[in-house]
Amino acid sequence: MEKHYTDSKVKGVSTGTTILAAIFDGGVVIGSDSRASIGGEYVSSKTINKVIQVHDRIFCCMAGSLADAQAVIKSAKSHLSFHSVQMESPPLVIAAASVLKELCYKNKDELQAGFLTAGWDSKKGPQVYVVSLGGMLISQQVTIGGSGSTYIYGYVDAKYKPNMTREECLQFATNALALAMGRDNVSGGVAHLVVITEKGVEHVVVPGDKLPRFNDE
Amino acid sequence: MALSTVLETPGAGFNFDNATRNAALEGLFKGGQTPKPLKTGTTIAGVVFKDGVVLGADTRATSSEVVADKMCEKIHFISPNIYCCGAGTAADTEKTTELLSSNLSIFSLNSGRNPRVVMAVNILQDMLYRYHGQIGANLILGGVDCTGNHLYTVGPYGDVNKVPYLAMGSGDLAALGILEDGFKHNLELEEAKELVRSSVHAGIMSDLGSGNNIDICVITKQGVDYIRPYQESEYKDDRKMKYKYRPGTTKVLTEKVVPLKLEIIQETVQKMDTA
Repeated sequence: MEKHYTDSKVKGVSTGTTILAAIFDGGVVIGSDSRASIGGEYVSSKTINKVIQVHDRIFCCMAGSLADAQAVIKSAKSHLSFHSVQMESPPLVIAAASVLKELCYKNKDELQAGFLTAGWDSKKGPQVYVVSLGGMLISQQVTIGGSGSTYIYGYVDAKYKPNMTREECLQFATNALALAMGRDNVSGGVAHLVVITEKGVEHVVVPGDKLPRFNDE
Repeated sequence: MALSTVLETPGAGFNFDNATRNAALEGLFKGGQTPKPLKTGTTIAGVVFKDGVVLGADTRATSSEVVADKMCEKIHFISPNIYCCGAGTAADTEKTTELLSSNLSIFSLNSGRNPRVVMAVNILQDMLYRYHGQIGANLILGGVDCTGNHLYTVGPYGDVNKVPYLAMGSGDLAALGILEDGFKHNLELEEAKELVRSSVHAGIMSDLGSGNNIDICVITKQGVDYIRPYQESEYKDDRKMKYKYRPGTTKVLTEKVVPLKLEIIQETVQKMDTA
């Protein structure tokens, strides 16, 4: 394994990654690619799961060091479930995002992990939050993250419209992920998407060969 | 580390004490270079098949360019239904798996159940994450429990991935090539064994740090079949001379017997409380 590891800012396995979350009319779509890499050269996993369920209607996408992200999410899951038992009601999406933010901010010197949190709650409906590397927490309508996101800022800015339908939003997310995976070497594999609405949660997995193809491919 | 406590979870939140200690230690060494622990080259592989999991490993342990152990055991027992292959620093993989195994056996005795593979994985992840990659253990955990057949990888930084097939160690790239080509879902037992054998063999052929024999461990609902060795190295040497000397080779010149006179000084009887 040591020969795979070159000078990389992230020690060990990095998620590489392209992650994305977007609100549509009645719900939210959150998705990511599925590649985990070491040192920017070796793909250690083609099918890593970066979209993790932290509660019934709340999902998180991870970016940065895989070990750090998995550890933070594990801790957040247990915090949230305890919080939910104490409050006797499902947690708000902002509660989930805040738990992640506390962990990232308090341990910012040692951790290298960022998250997107998306979900539905009865108070504010569908929401998307970003917790960045240093622990900043903001709410947005649509957001992208990870190394692959730099290639799709233009696409997202141009193509995202508020109050899209579920199908339009899914297509938008799939296209965005496909474009990023096409240009970023540390993003790839399959596109994992999760659609969260008041009624429930639906997983959509688009395998590599079924991803939309664009002009130069 | 308390030995009698079962699954002692450290205090809430993250504990980075070791990171500060390491930073302080680094300053003590000349040129800031901490001594590197010796790594053993290895090829380990695992495959999930129709009825269970097959794990395979080579048996060479190296110390720089010398083969220190030709019949080293790299597939460690965790619990009757879970085994673990270890690559990386030999001492780390050995002790980590022993710790995991003893924690899980206390758990089994207390709860009356066989542990689940995902539980073993979580314990390992928590422990390795706490040490931030300082424990050089790259592990492949495979087992069968009430929820099915599982194969997980745990890295030294504490990252976990659940996979249907896997290879690790210095010979992993060669082994992975064979696995990528030959793997299919729901393999039969003999096909799975052959796939793992040939992938470890590829690792042995292409990597200097791996070699000698191949061990295979098959875990199914019915039980465990640990075949050691599954395939012996074709380059096994044939010793022409015996290094054992028969009794009488060295002549006995004199013999003196001195009996040890022991007398009982004190005797105490303590009744056992069998209430």
